[in-house]
Amino acid sequence: MVIQKDVIIVGGGPAGLAAAVRLKELGIEDSLILEREKNPGGILRQCIHDGFGLTRFKEALSGPEYATRFIEKAEELNISYLTDTTVLNISSDKQIIAVSKEGLQEYQAKAIILTTGCRERTRGAISIPGTRPAGIYTAGVAQAYVNLKNMMVGKKVVILGSGDIGLIMARRMTLEGAQVLAVFEILPYASGLPRNIQQCLNDYNIPLYLSHTITDIQGKDRLESITVNKVDENMKPIPGTEIHYECDTLILSVGLIPENELSLLAGVELDHRTKGPIVDENYQTNIDGIFAAGNALHVHDLVDFVSIEAENLAEAAAAYIKNAYLPQCPIRVETDELVGYTVPQKISGNKEIFLSLRVKKPLKNCSIQIVQNGSVIRSKKMRKALPAEMIQIKISKEDFNSSNNIKVVVKDE
Amino acid sequence: MNHHYDIIIIGSGVVGSAVAREMSKYKMKIAVLEKELDVCSETSGRNSGVLHAGFNNKPGSLMAKYCVEGCLGFDQIAKELDIPFKRTGKIVVGFTEEDKEKLIRLIEQGEKNGVPGLELIGKEKIKELAPYVDGEFAMYSPATGILNPFIYTIALAENAHENGVDFYFDQEVIAIHNLGSNSSQIAEQTGIRYEVKTIKDTFTARWIINCAGLNSDKIARMLGIKDYTIYPCRGEYFILDQKAGEYLKIPAYPVPNPKVGGLGIHITPTIDGNILVGPSNEFIDEKDNYSSTQEIQDLLIRDGSRIFPYLKREFFIRNFAGIRPKLVSKSIGGFADFVIEEREETPQAIILVGIESPGLTSAIPIARRVIEMIGQKEDLKPKESFNPYRKGILSFKEQTLEKKKELITQNSFYGEIICRCETITKAEILEAIHNPLGVDTVVGIKNRVRAMMGRCQGGYCETRITELLMEEKKKTEKEILYARRNGNMFTGKVRE
Repeated sequence: MVIQKDVIIVGGGPAGLAAAVRLKELGIEDSLILEREKNPGGILRQCIHDGFGLTRFKEALSGPEYATRFIEKAEELNISYLTDTTVLNISSDKQIIAVSKEGLQEYQAKAIILTTGCRERTRGAISIPGTRPAGIYTAGVAQAYVNLKNMMVGKKVVILGSGDIGLIMARRMTLEGAQVLAVFEILPYASGLPRNIQQCLNDYNIPLYLSHTITDIQGKDRLESITVNKVDENMKPIPGTEIHYECDTLILSVGLIPENELSLLAGVELDHRTKGPIVDENYQTNIDGIFAAGNALHVHDLVDFVSIEAENLAEAAAAYIKNAYLPQCPIRVETDELVGYTVPQKISGNKEIFLSLRVKKPLKNCSIQIVQNGSVIRSKKMRKALPAEMIQIKISKEDFNSSNNIKVVVKDE
Repeated sequence: MNHHYDIIIIGSGVVGSAVAREMSKYKMKIAVLEKELDVCSETSGRNSGVLHAGFNNKPGSLMAKYCVEGCLGFDQIAKELDIPFKRTGKIVVGFTEEDKEKLIRLIEQGEKNGVPGLELIGKEKIKELAPYVDGEFAMYSPATGILNPFIYTIALAENAHENGVDFYFDQEVIAIHNLGSNSSQIAEQTGIRYEVKTIKDTFTARWIINCAGLNSDKIARMLGIKDYTIYPCRGEYFILDQKAGEYLKIPAYPVPNPKVGGLGIHITPTIDGNILVGPSNEFIDEKDNYSSTQEIQDLLIRDGSRIFPYLKREFFIRNFAGIRPKLVSKSIGGFADFVIEEREETPQAIILVGIESPGLTSAIPIARRVIEMIGQKEDLKPKESFNPYRKGILSFKEQTLEKKKELITQNSFYGEIICRCETITKAEILEAIHNPLGVDTVVGIKNRVRAMMGRCQGGYCETRITELLMEEKKKTEKEILYARRNGNMFTGKVRE
């Protein structure tokens, strides 16, 4: 039997939970969260460090604490969720096939919310040369082993990539008695948040080498050593700069990719820059009634913004479920070469929006301008803009001067 | 402990496993000694997974004969062993008049070897067979196929095991002594007896079959045969995401350069829907250096892009390398023929050396040749109980919706998806963990059910699989091995 639902939320991490709670508050009763893990909470369950919730709750919480706030709220509101349940397929007419120990179940939803999170980029994706021994882990996998499974991955560690999870793991491994030799970053600037550089590396005297990358991996059975080179401005290794490090563990923190395999099955169109769906100001994808938020949409640096984004999505999805309709969003958000991406990519011009964006390289004393019809309709001055930190700009309904496309540009001050 | 067998097979690559399987049809006590922790850990598991038709090999050679036999007889083997296999056909594409000449000669050579259906095709037919492959013309070989080399070797070994063959892993052979025909301990049919010492045990046997691939020269020397040298020749590959698999359904090769001794950098769909790009052709010093190198990665991208424009970085999921056990050095080049021989000075020791490509395709005919050689010396008695059929692990993903429902009702573990990228259920993982050969490495599970082979490379499922392995096999963290004997994944618990 096919089960009918007003809305099905795929993924019970921070985005899915926040969306579900807000939908219920808006009177959408017939919702269901499908979660593949044993417990809701998503990646927060393994993030036992603090620093979550500073924006949302004005206090520093650990990942599990932050998740618990939403899980308790969801339970209080009697929101249905199924755990240990994996979605196998989503179709463009919003049918879902999911499996669990109880069996295979088909659903028909009026709306689907994709909050499937992201996955880590792997060694293979960046083709690091060398052998393939044991002892090479992505940062999230190492974190899951250490924090959830009580399994120690190694004793003498090198970290490639200065993404936040890598930095967090540098501190975590140090605290558990491992020796973290260094963190290497191919870019001339760090990818993680400045506060993590300070609290996870500097405070523990772990060196961060910018413009360096791993050029060889040695060891047949278990990792034995790595070779590191300095890179030039084109990120090519400079011959003669080889340094050899003996280590038994390599942790990779080389990027996150929004998880959209199910989205693709449903025919959702992705943005090659974010690797997440192209959405309008309602967080609706190109497929009518399919929405996306959180790390599945674009990789966030703070979970607080994930929750807020999912709540904004819920407002629009509630309207869609009630009216079976959302206004068209014909205005495209264009960017100049210094802007990595924006979310949303399409807007209506009839509603206040929060534009999320990232700059492509670190900038000082600049202003981010929103230009429409040749005039600046909004601008935000920034003393410092980093690719690691998502920037949000509010555009009011009154700011729009036409229904022409808008463009985000960065100007030196 | 002293173990006595009629036959000891050294090496459990595809050839050793095929010999074991074919030999298990007869009343013989057989053991396979393997230095690694699983079958197909070296050359047999590190190749393009192509069932070759046999047009590349010199007419009259064993390579040509066995390759054609192996290819044409494979449907039966695939059926018996329940392994995935597709006769996709293959194209060898060319651009110049010189290429065309070579292709015509290749067709002539193939026809002499008995390869069916070879034809020269034009651009239009290329576009029909492989819409995204570039080439002016091509040779089309309809008999060529693709298979999963891990599953094939595992299936041969499991079927051999079901039919009474003992497999010993982590038993590197370090010495072989001919005890001579006047050994008094056990009265033998022919009296000849070899003692095989491994790093752990001592075995004795009446027959030694050297299927040691890269180390077959070393094993031959232990027997006293000093005139073989294996030249390791590395081939590196890229594995592309199944998303790229939509662009290629048939292996596409460039016109080979016979001097090089490889088949050129080609693009091969795998039976599981990925694409392989490679292999390179590089003579190296060590027999177990499976490193990838930046230079070769760049070369693969450059050469591969010539015939396949969808070779994009976003599709890269992994690299690997294999090593060809060549009997010819770099300066000589080309291919030497397979050697399968029993020498007067080492009776009842059959030496197989230089079993490189097309060894995967030729494994069964090679095994049958070995049996024929044994049969010339003694009377082989067929075993009535021999069961040629082996059942593989059922793939949940490939079942219909109705069948999936039924499977979960019968066994709720089918409702637990462990590997998300490849849709592998807990039921399949458990079957892999409790495999008949008793292999318990993480890569052993990977090679049996494809968990961890997808685009996230174990990001989602590896923690679950190592945990299940500990539970099911009653292992501690320290005992979990990735692939090889010292490949420990964990140093212990974080906290006791």
